[in-house]
Amino acid sequence: MEGSLLAKIEKISGVVPAEGEVPLFNEGEAVAIAMRSPIGHYRMPTYLRGKRGKVEAIIPGMAVDNEEEGYGRNAGSKGHYYRVAIPMTEVWPDYIGSANDGLRIEVFENWLEKPSDV
Amino acid sequence: MSDHDHDHDHDHAPLTVDEKPGYFDVMETAVRELLIERKLFGADEIRRQIEVLDSRTPALGAKVVARAWTDPDFKSRLLENGRTGCEELGITFYDDTQLIVLENTPDVHNLIVCTLCSCYPRPVLGLPPDWYKLKPYRARAVYEPRAVLEEFGTSIPHEVEIRVSDSTAIIRYLVLPMRPEGTEHLNEAQLADLVTRDAMIGVIQVEYKKEAA
Repeated sequence: MEGSLLAKIEKISGVVPAEGEVPLFNEGEAVAIAMRSPIGHYRMPTYLRGKRGKVEAIIPGMAVDNEEEGYGRNAGSKGHYYRVAIPMTEVWPDYIGSANDGLRIEVFENWLEKPSDV
Repeated sequence: MSDHDHDHDHDHAPLTVDEKPGYFDVMETAVRELLIERKLFGADEIRRQIEVLDSRTPALGAKVVARAWTDPDFKSRLLENGRTGCEELGITFYDDTQLIVLENTPDVHNLIVCTLCSCYPRPVLGLPPDWYKLKPYRARAVYEPRAVLEEFGTSIPHEVEIRVSDSTAIIRYLVLPMRPEGTEHLNEAQLADLVTRDAMIGVIQVEYKKEAA
């Protein structure tokens, strides 16, 4: 999959990108999914909150935050989605299967954090 | 049965809806009627959208898979961008979703699920099967995918990585199954006939039995 061009191209100095335009996380970077419990419409399944993984790809282009969209608040809420890879053994300590088995999920940027010990 | 007066050679109960509509049926009807009454959209637009959805079946996905099996350039474009790959074959996307095509290989077996609701690659596969929308599949596909696959009759060797993609927001997934052995002589249309909905969800693999051909 093609990553975000913004993350790859050589930057010309002096160009100021809009806030949120440049992805905060890079491909291959370790990330943690935030541990928070908003009330209302959310698109981050509970079973993955607080789990650690890494960015497999930055989804090309920017898209609306589906959680805001759920309330009709679309304007200006575009941001980056990431395809995040999480080992099954990270999600389920008692996972039955191969240690190689993994989970993939698309996560909007505002749910991602840098892991505390990195 | 007096109002069931046409002739045919099998028995069936009269085709009527006797059950009272449920809470959500009533709510859907009320919201739909209000939206139409306020002219936010028309009945013809609803009918058109149903027509769009009804025109999408797994036969479309099967065509995409068969083309990918027979045309390496198409396959690489499809894996690069699933949506534009499908659009090349005339499969339009009527919404804002993107499509990632997940290739099964001897090392990786992909499975798709939507744990939150029922996100599904509808533009290429049509409506999802009921089991895909029910909680047992949604919960178990991410917790014990190997046990779920076994129940579909699919045994994936331990050394093969199971990769479960949980579809939650703007991305939809389509599994590109492995082309079965012994199909070198089949043409694209014959290959498409082998590809089933469940194989493109990832719960089974595509099989080819010579004696059945």
